[in-house]
Amino acid sequence: MNTLQKTRFIGKPIVFLACLIPALLLVGDILDLTGSLSANPVEDILDRFGNWALRFIMITLAVTPLRRLTGWNWLSRFRRMLGLFTFFYAAMHFLTWLVLDRELRLADISEDLIERPFITLGFTAVVWLTALALTSFTAVRRQMGRNWQTLHYSVYAIAVLGVWHYWWQVKKDVSEPIIYAAILTVLLGIRLLSYFRRS
Amino acid sequence: MRFRSGLLGKYDQETALKRRPKLIRPSEITSESNYINRRDFIRAGAIAGGSLIAPSALSAVVPDNRLATLPGVSKSSYSTAETPNSFEDISTYNNFYEFGLGKDDPVVEAENFKPRPWTIEVSGEAGKTGEFDFDDFMKPFDLEERIYRMRCVEAWSMVIPWVGISLADVVKHFQPTSKAQYVAFETLNDRSQMPGLRGRSLDWPYREGLTIAEATNPLPILAVGIYGKVIPNQNGAPIRLVVPWKYGFKGVKSIVKIHFSSTRPKTSWNMAAPNEYGFYANVNPDVNHPRWSQARERRIGGSLFASKQETLMFNGYGDEVAHLYKDLNLRRNF
Repeated sequence: MNTLQKTRFIGKPIVFLACLIPALLLVGDILDLTGSLSANPVEDILDRFGNWALRFIMITLAVTPLRRLTGWNWLSRFRRMLGLFTFFYAAMHFLTWLVLDRELRLADISEDLIERPFITLGFTAVVWLTALALTSFTAVRRQMGRNWQTLHYSVYAIAVLGVWHYWWQVKKDVSEPIIYAAILTVLLGIRLLSYFRRS
Repeated sequence: MRFRSGLLGKYDQETALKRRPKLIRPSEITSESNYINRRDFIRAGAIAGGSLIAPSALSAVVPDNRLATLPGVSKSSYSTAETPNSFEDISTYNNFYEFGLGKDDPVVEAENFKPRPWTIEVSGEAGKTGEFDFDDFMKPFDLEERIYRMRCVEAWSMVIPWVGISLADVVKHFQPTSKAQYVAFETLNDRSQMPGLRGRSLDWPYREGLTIAEATNPLPILAVGIYGKVIPNQNGAPIRLVVPWKYGFKGVKSIVKIHFSSTRPKTSWNMAAPNEYGFYANVNPDVNHPRWSQARERRIGGSLFASKQETLMFNGYGDEVAHLYKDLNLRRNF
């Protein structure tokens, strides 16, 4: 087996299953098998998916700096999958809000989108992520040429929107949003540094 | 820390108790179904002859052991007929920042909290002031059960069978002077017992207040029990405020100070975010929180797909309290 085959048949399935663990644990908790949710399960589900979307975007953005730091170039082969899992958790977070929290009531949904800036931010991030997910196929990437890279650079903006969305949403204690903001600052800072070094 | 009464067999209960001696035996808590049956039974007795209703207590006695049954509790016509939430929901899903910011923190962190001995200081514009031992403080009043809706500012709600004393009775007992326009309350501020106080989430101690007219309305109570038993620590033992037409954060817990004042007292959430939490904090479906709608609420305890319900003006207590605000712009005075 060569390296490419090892990644495809061993590495990727392992990473794929690992990325699914948070979702499986959540299902387990909903069914009271692996744990249990609070008396307000909808809020728990919303929080869990949202938190994991943020974690996955951080993990995805950590791939390139980590690859440069360690020289493990094979890491970049997992970048698309990690990005798609970011989309998966963000989309589940969005769908939970849409179906379980807003109960598909159009008036409530539009009120939230228009009147609540933190929801406008989150919604923008999800729509944008969807665009990145839809253009993630190799064939599309080839067709788009240079535009693809330009579009996908916007993942940084999405990460900022995501953290901002979380920061604005919390009632009082911003200690967790601060952690995400700090990680994101480091991840973006590394890129800025290397950009200035090159130019 | 979560348990479901009735799920454990007898053997499991005993072994579980050996492992975790501090855990409350599920059998110590009246199961909700027994509780409801008992209510029906009492109601039936009342219809049959009235003799089965316990006579109103001459003085409120609150036993000092955890979850002990409160004696001499009378029923109240202010109670709702809606089905109360389970004891588990009420005692495991709590906002009590002195014990942590998570809803599941208070049940764990308040485990070793000591609600006795307890002193309540009454001060300010009143005829009777001083420091009172909790038992002496309670004595002049009657214990009543009040089953109230509780609407949290976070857009969820519960129905809770409180046991408590009428706040109006308490206020009158301390003989407020004509200068007393407000009643202010403070929660215990004890870092050694309340780990959440180390964080600066709010400006401690937790403070709340009511106008004197609100405080002498018949609805508010100082609660000392839930489901006929001594109130669990995480719900604000030994004594907390319940104002059913206002958002839950008005219900200051573990009260150590009551102050009659001529000026409006500072209140914790209003101090923290004045544009989000007002002094009045009346439940109002027409005035949204800046970050979420208050038009509907999720009743805790429903299934995952249970629909939310419409939030009612004054949480459905308008008949009793709307007159208090007839000259007030409730949009501005939220």
